[in-house]
Amino acid sequence: MELAPLLQYLISGLTNGAIYALIALGFVIIYHATTIINFAQGEMVMLGALSAISIYHLYPSLPLAFLGGVALVTLVGIVFERLALRPVRDPNPITLIIITVGGAVFIKGVAMLLWGKEAYSLPSFSGDAPFHLGTATILPQNLWVLGLTAVVLLGMEAFFRLTLVGKAMRACAYNPRAARLVGISLGRMVQLSFALSAALGAGAGILIAPLTLGVYDMGTMLGLKGFCAAILGGLGSSFGGVLGGLILGVAESLATGLISSGYRDAVAFFILLLVLFIRPQGLIRGGS
Amino acid sequence: MNPRKFLNPWVLFGAAALLTAGVLDNDYYLTLINFIGIHALLVVGLNLLMGYGGQISLGHAAFFGLGSYTSGILTATYGVNPWLALLAGLVVCGVTAFLIGVPALKLRGYYLAMATLGFGIIVYIFFTEAHKLTGGPSGLAGIPSLSIGGFKLDTPKRLYLLIWPVLGVILALSANLVDSRTGRALRALHEGETAAQSLGVNTAKLKLLIFIWSALYASLAGSLYAHTLNFIAPSSFGFMFSIKLVTMVVLGGMASIWGSLLGAAVLTVLPEILTMFHDYEVIIFGAILMVVMIFLPRGLVRGLKDLWEFRRYKKEGGIIG
Repeated sequence: MELAPLLQYLISGLTNGAIYALIALGFVIIYHATTIINFAQGEMVMLGALSAISIYHLYPSLPLAFLGGVALVTLVGIVFERLALRPVRDPNPITLIIITVGGAVFIKGVAMLLWGKEAYSLPSFSGDAPFHLGTATILPQNLWVLGLTAVVLLGMEAFFRLTLVGKAMRACAYNPRAARLVGISLGRMVQLSFALSAALGAGAGILIAPLTLGVYDMGTMLGLKGFCAAILGGLGSSFGGVLGGLILGVAESLATGLISSGYRDAVAFFILLLVLFIRPQGLIRGGS
Repeated sequence: MNPRKFLNPWVLFGAAALLTAGVLDNDYYLTLINFIGIHALLVVGLNLLMGYGGQISLGHAAFFGLGSYTSGILTATYGVNPWLALLAGLVVCGVTAFLIGVPALKLRGYYLAMATLGFGIIVYIFFTEAHKLTGGPSGLAGIPSLSIGGFKLDTPKRLYLLIWPVLGVILALSANLVDSRTGRALRALHEGETAAQSLGVNTAKLKLLIFIWSALYASLAGSLYAHTLNFIAPSSFGFMFSIKLVTMVVLGGMASIWGSLLGAAVLTVLPEILTMFHDYEVIIFGAILMVVMIFLPRGLVRGLKDLWEFRRYKKEGGIIG
């Protein structure tokens, strides 16, 4: 086996893996606050990419497009929680699954009406001139994805460990009733968790858009793979989610390169089934 | 059970079915009605799992597809007798459901949903990628029609005479199952797994049983579908179709046999009458799922009935507690 293509697969795998990790973290945050799996998470990724692209077409500034896209989708996340999940009277898992799946399908349909079925491109954050590492080629965007993901993950960790609001959110995850007793507003924390995870999803979408283009139906697959990553890492832990994302990305990329590109998407779900059947608690046992 | 209560819908169903057979002679409408029948088979099966078993499958289209492709491949490529192929489809789906079900049903709630979803997507990718076997994305053509003793079931009318009696039998079978000891155990399981266990219900075995059972319905529907259309392609068995089936169950009402028929009928006919429906199809399905689950969690029929009774009760000056 030659080393050159392996390195290339590793780089593209890590890039995709970082995106999965961001999406996985979104799942973990909402799951922590509410024990809901938000199947609409992938659509936030798509909305982030497409709205950033639209903003960029109106006013060509990448930082503005990034921040604008994230802000817009954060709002969508908050509205979604308020309109679709808070009014539910009997919140059992089957009801919540159906509602969030319905929300995902709905958002995707609206995006199809707004943007049509074409794919749109977003320019790379700092040019397309590749540089070489041995025989492998690295695009600047690969580094942006990896770097920004690392920054965001560290930021999230600091937020949950060091700030009062972050600690309050962890308290809700640990014991909602006790959290309420010490004066934490549970509703506010749930809303915040939806806002945060929508923002993470949108950020992931905008980061990947220069590499893969933005289309109305890109969210479903990305969301599901983010969920695979979250399960792989054990739903309760953000570190696990990140690890799961990176493993998934690399495994997928290796399988694409070494076996066949047609079955690329099957890899993630095959790993998901294996994990669910053999070690449903994930690689790292959950818990706050 | 009160015999009058039991009799009425069945008599109505039989009369309507017979009347349709006698009066209707329009190929378009008959084809539509046949598709309602096929969808209803799928939806009743899924409803047994969702409404009575309290489990959710987000990959039910995969079993529909496995039944369809087993029938299609065996008859079109290998010239096997269609009825034998149908049986083979049942075996394939039953065994697959068993293999998926044993580990998956140990998982609850979200995990089962994800496992079935992952399974559905893998099967879909397989249909698209295994060109030699399935014909790939362009599909599998040349599937022969079914025939009974030389009588070829190749027109919509003749197919109707097969599909709807089959549906009738399946509906009766399902209603019987629900009212049997197993059905009561299932409902106990839906209300609470631990409580059911403490009453001596073997919940793991029961969940597996109902999962396989609903997969068999889907396989039967798939075989009928393949022989009705004489052509199948992977796009009919994707994630979106699984979602459509869940929407039909939810709209008709979970844990309602007749609701399943209604849900299948409404969501099969609606796209045909509303030409604008196609563009908005995805949005409408999404909206139905959310709105029904939030406001009418018991489905359209019972939900509207509840609302009506609630209003009457209020009018009569009752106190709502």
